[in-house]
Amino acid sequence: MSLRRCPVEGAFALTLRSGNADHLHCVNEAALARGLRRGMPLADARAVCPDVSTRPADLAGEAAALFALRRWAGRYAPMVARDGSEGLIADVSGVAHLFGGEADMRADLHARLDRAGLAAHSAIAGTRGAAHALARHGGGIIADGTLAAGIGRLPVSALRIDPETADGLARVGLTRISDILGLPRAPLSRRFGPGLILRLDQAIGVQPEPVSPEAEPPHFGVRMSLPEAIGLQADVMAGLDRLLERLCAHLARHRQGARRMKLELRRVDGETAQVSIGLARPMRDPVRIAALFQKGVEEVDAGFGIDALRLSATVTEPMAPEQIGAGPASRAEDALSDLVSRLGNRLGFDRVLRLQPADSLIPERSFLTVPVAYSTPVQSPARRGPPRPAILFPPEPLSLASPPRPGHPPARFRWRRMALSTLRAAGPERISPEWWFDDPAWRSGLRDYWRIETQEGPRLWLFHTPQSQGWQGADRGQTWYAQGEFA
Amino acid sequence: MLHDLRKKPEPASPFTLASHRVHEAGGRGRRAFALFQALRHAGPIVWIVPDHIPERPLLSGLPQGMGERLILLTPKGRTDLIWSVEETLRAAPVGFVVAEPQSALTLTEGRRLQLAAEAGQTTGLMLIREGEGCPASETRWNCEPAAGPSDSTLQRWSLSKNKKGTNGDWVIDWNGASAAFHMVSEAGERCEPQTVPG
Repeated sequence: MSLRRCPVEGAFALTLRSGNADHLHCVNEAALARGLRRGMPLADARAVCPDVSTRPADLAGEAAALFALRRWAGRYAPMVARDGSEGLIADVSGVAHLFGGEADMRADLHARLDRAGLAAHSAIAGTRGAAHALARHGGGIIADGTLAAGIGRLPVSALRIDPETADGLARVGLTRISDILGLPRAPLSRRFGPGLILRLDQAIGVQPEPVSPEAEPPHFGVRMSLPEAIGLQADVMAGLDRLLERLCAHLARHRQGARRMKLELRRVDGETAQVSIGLARPMRDPVRIAALFQKGVEEVDAGFGIDALRLSATVTEPMAPEQIGAGPASRAEDALSDLVSRLGNRLGFDRVLRLQPADSLIPERSFLTVPVAYSTPVQSPARRGPPRPAILFPPEPLSLASPPRPGHPPARFRWRRMALSTLRAAGPERISPEWWFDDPAWRSGLRDYWRIETQEGPRLWLFHTPQSQGWQGADRGQTWYAQGEFA
Repeated sequence: MLHDLRKKPEPASPFTLASHRVHEAGGRGRRAFALFQALRHAGPIVWIVPDHIPERPLLSGLPQGMGERLILLTPKGRTDLIWSVEETLRAAPVGFVVAEPQSALTLTEGRRLQLAAEAGQTTGLMLIREGEGCPASETRWNCEPAAGPSDSTLQRWSLSKNKKGTNGDWVIDWNGASAAFHMVSEAGERCEPQTVPG
């Protein structure tokens, strides 16, 4: 895969770091010819072949590529499964005649893979074990009835046995499969364990081993083509209702709920219009979802008509089946989440917010505003300590006629073009900045907060910053700000 | 639409807003008035402030138990704001809607909101600025914080428009933490000079 994206001439290898040494993970034909092998340390490989070019292996990418290849290989057989991390196994029994015989089928496979730039080995055999062994040792086709002869010449390590067993067999002079085929089984099993006998039986077909492909992840998408183009909003909504019914049934079968949905409308002129909606919580109720699409569908330009609709749930979340009509509490919850969906789809889900307590003494950071759609209400802890204002705003500087005495709040000041005079003051409450966050607003250092009741009525939350450096020496640290308003 | 013209019993407290209607409050104490009213309604509270307004509710300063009921909407334009007010008023599960429109609502807009409030059985309160009242509103309150003796937080609330009742003027002592409040009795004007005893 790596070579395909960025071709390299000559010997090439992918390396994988295990422990603190690099090993070869995969080598190409040219490198194989130069004597490089899988699992060889990179240092040795460089000694053998100094001009080898290497790249680090991307295991996740390889797995994804193999997964894609597995889907493609479905064209040859109904059942294709992954075989280890680098192989595919397909059950082609009864399929080969569709491609003109086993040899033609294998040639077709190789031709297509070559065209795609993939180097592959393949084998067709009567059992899964034999095909596995042959594909890794040259490839080819073993005709029916010649299974024992076909794999007899292969080394015993081709039998998917662990290396210790293979070493043990080699030590007693049993190097080829044909050597152990004729031996009595009981002593073999006693000496090398039942694993060897099992693999041998699987290779010669005494023990069945079916191909079991893993289940495809469900795809939540449905579509509908129309014989005649439609343009009316009611028609599109009717089509959407049918699609939604199918999609929601599909979602229910997999116990999933949609979180984000996309409706694509293909127009006659080839253009595609898209309507996306978000949902306040996982949902699969067709009627309630259709209501959310209403506004988006109104805005779509139908052009000369729409001839195909495709609806997909792009983001889904697990959703357990629920009791229908569980009671007024559940109905109110449903109605509220419908409201949040409606509001979020027009205003944006980041504008439908909820306040959650946070663990900080800094007033601006003592709560989080989180989207309602992605959170649950949290009980705020009981109120303790000095009172806090109900309304908070960014600090606004006060204009003072004369600087107050140190340690005292100003007696008269102007705030928002109102002349106010202090009637009563409570404080100071000293809040120090959180040094582990670099907050530009708190660079002025400590703040002394005061609750000020004014003669004129407003009750304000003022602070001043004793550590800050003023412009002039005289009123240094005597800048006062208002940051909140009490009820 | 048919209206129930029968005489309804007078609410127990003068500060109980007529339910399923939209009201207005102005003055510097309007947010305190909104908090006071929100405490007297059950269910989720939706507070709609325009995106550019810097004043936001502070969770630790809100009355106990109100933070988890509060949903804050910050729509971007005037149209979105009025749309979201109407939409939330029309939704049944919402208990109380507070909105801060940035300009006066027209009669049509105000009337639509009244219809939405009736349809959704929800009460709403618009926090308006000086002289920006809407003719369709049910009541209009003018709220100012007032200075008072120590350990009191006085609010001067006057009702300047009332479609189904009389106006009034009250000074109450409400500490901003619970629904309980204390009506401050008015100091009587002495009309005649005090007679000299004896």
